[in-house]
Amino acid sequence: MTDLFSKFDPLIEMRAGLLATGVTDPFGMVMEKVLSPTVAVCNGRETILLGTYNYMGMTFDPDVIEAGKQALDDFGAGTTGSRVLNGTYAGHRAVEEALKEFYGMDHAMVFSTGYQANLGIISTIAGKGDYIVLDIDSHASIWDGCKLGDAEVVPFKHNDIEAMEKRLKRIPEGAGKLVILEGVYSMLGDIAPLKEMIRVAKENGAMVLVDEAHSMGFIGPNGRGVAEDQGCLDDVDFVIGTFSKSVGTVGGFCVSNHPKFEILRLVCRPYVFTASLPPSVVATACTSIRKLMHAGNKRAHLWENSKVLHQGLKDKGFQLGTDTPQSAIIAVIMPDLERGAAMWEALLKEGLYVNLARPPATPANMTLLRCSLCAEHSAEQVQTIIGMFERAGKAVGII
Amino acid sequence: MDRAATAEKIAALIEPFNKKGVAITDASTFAGDLEFDSLTVMDFVAAIEDDFDIIISMNQQAEIETYGQLIDAVVKLQG
Repeated sequence: MTDLFSKFDPLIEMRAGLLATGVTDPFGMVMEKVLSPTVAVCNGRETILLGTYNYMGMTFDPDVIEAGKQALDDFGAGTTGSRVLNGTYAGHRAVEEALKEFYGMDHAMVFSTGYQANLGIISTIAGKGDYIVLDIDSHASIWDGCKLGDAEVVPFKHNDIEAMEKRLKRIPEGAGKLVILEGVYSMLGDIAPLKEMIRVAKENGAMVLVDEAHSMGFIGPNGRGVAEDQGCLDDVDFVIGTFSKSVGTVGGFCVSNHPKFEILRLVCRPYVFTASLPPSVVATACTSIRKLMHAGNKRAHLWENSKVLHQGLKDKGFQLGTDTPQSAIIAVIMPDLERGAAMWEALLKEGLYVNLARPPATPANMTLLRCSLCAEHSAEQVQTIIGMFERAGKAVGII
Repeated sequence: MDRAATAEKIAALIEPFNKKGVAITDASTFAGDLEFDSLTVMDFVAAIEDDFDIIISMNQQAEIETYGQLIDAVVKLQG
């Protein structure tokens, strides 16, 4: 039968072929019980979580949970409304105040998800006749934001400063320019040379948007991200972030010092035409963000975890996405999808959950086992993880 | 640069990307006949952009399906 679904046939076949080998469906896992930020019961087995983006382990923080319960009691389960109509409660303002303080910026705008933050900000500020120059490895939400707006979209090779500069210089005189970068690229866990890239962007008259989803709370002296770490946060026009990683709940945001920023609340469609976050969610986010301002010790422990796991896997003979640990993400490169899925399943049977990432989400058509560490992983857990990788890798024939 | 000169330059630029040695005509498609995947497209577009000192935005790329359309677009973009 041929209909609108025929375009999915190659993917349906690929999936059927993979499952026919008898491997557990990597995209059908259910967590039956979550015991802590680092341990859950998956498919009936107690499992160490190493693929959650729960970098700072705030999901079970007692203060965070208490704030959420209180907000449920005081404000109810949901707002049933847009931020610009009946959907702005005291909690939404409070979390925006917390973000302004966290980043030391003048304005903050909270969206219902991180995806919507990119979708909304990018499509609204870069319109017809403007040019967006962006890294080819940008997240799907950035590409979708480009598509929703009407700007000319010009990608450049990943982290290639010269390729970016050449494209900026070719943009016609007088056109608006937006450069979009990420602090940490989530597939390989590598960081961008933001200082140099932002300098070049500014020299060429572009505004700069940096997605710091995977660095907030962890990278930089105050956890503000890679731009803070490289000393160039003041030159970033828009920082995009999320509550669904270090903050430990769900939601997205943009912070900025632009004097006209507040007008976006009236013109940004993914902000206006959707319901705002539930009161319990903004209350947990607000409490979590304020605690992350003073989380220096947790940051130090997370770096330690990242370094130990990176070195440990390297020593066992695994091929990794970066030569040195650059973030809390460590990507283990698999030879192909079949062995990647087999390795993923072997790890699950050992009691370890990681993310299986495959094309087209990955750069250069790679299959990756992506590990994201948590500040709540103990040093012993990290050693256990290395042992699990070694046994699974040998069983599957990868090392 | 006129169409003939542009076509000659592009013929040289596409050679390293035409790994299967497909015989290329103006009607050859990049996705079908040449089997270019997204990574090859990116590298090939970058090579053309750098050689002609132009921008072929993603929006413009979406309109280019055949080799002939590419040559026409590059002639036009050189102004």
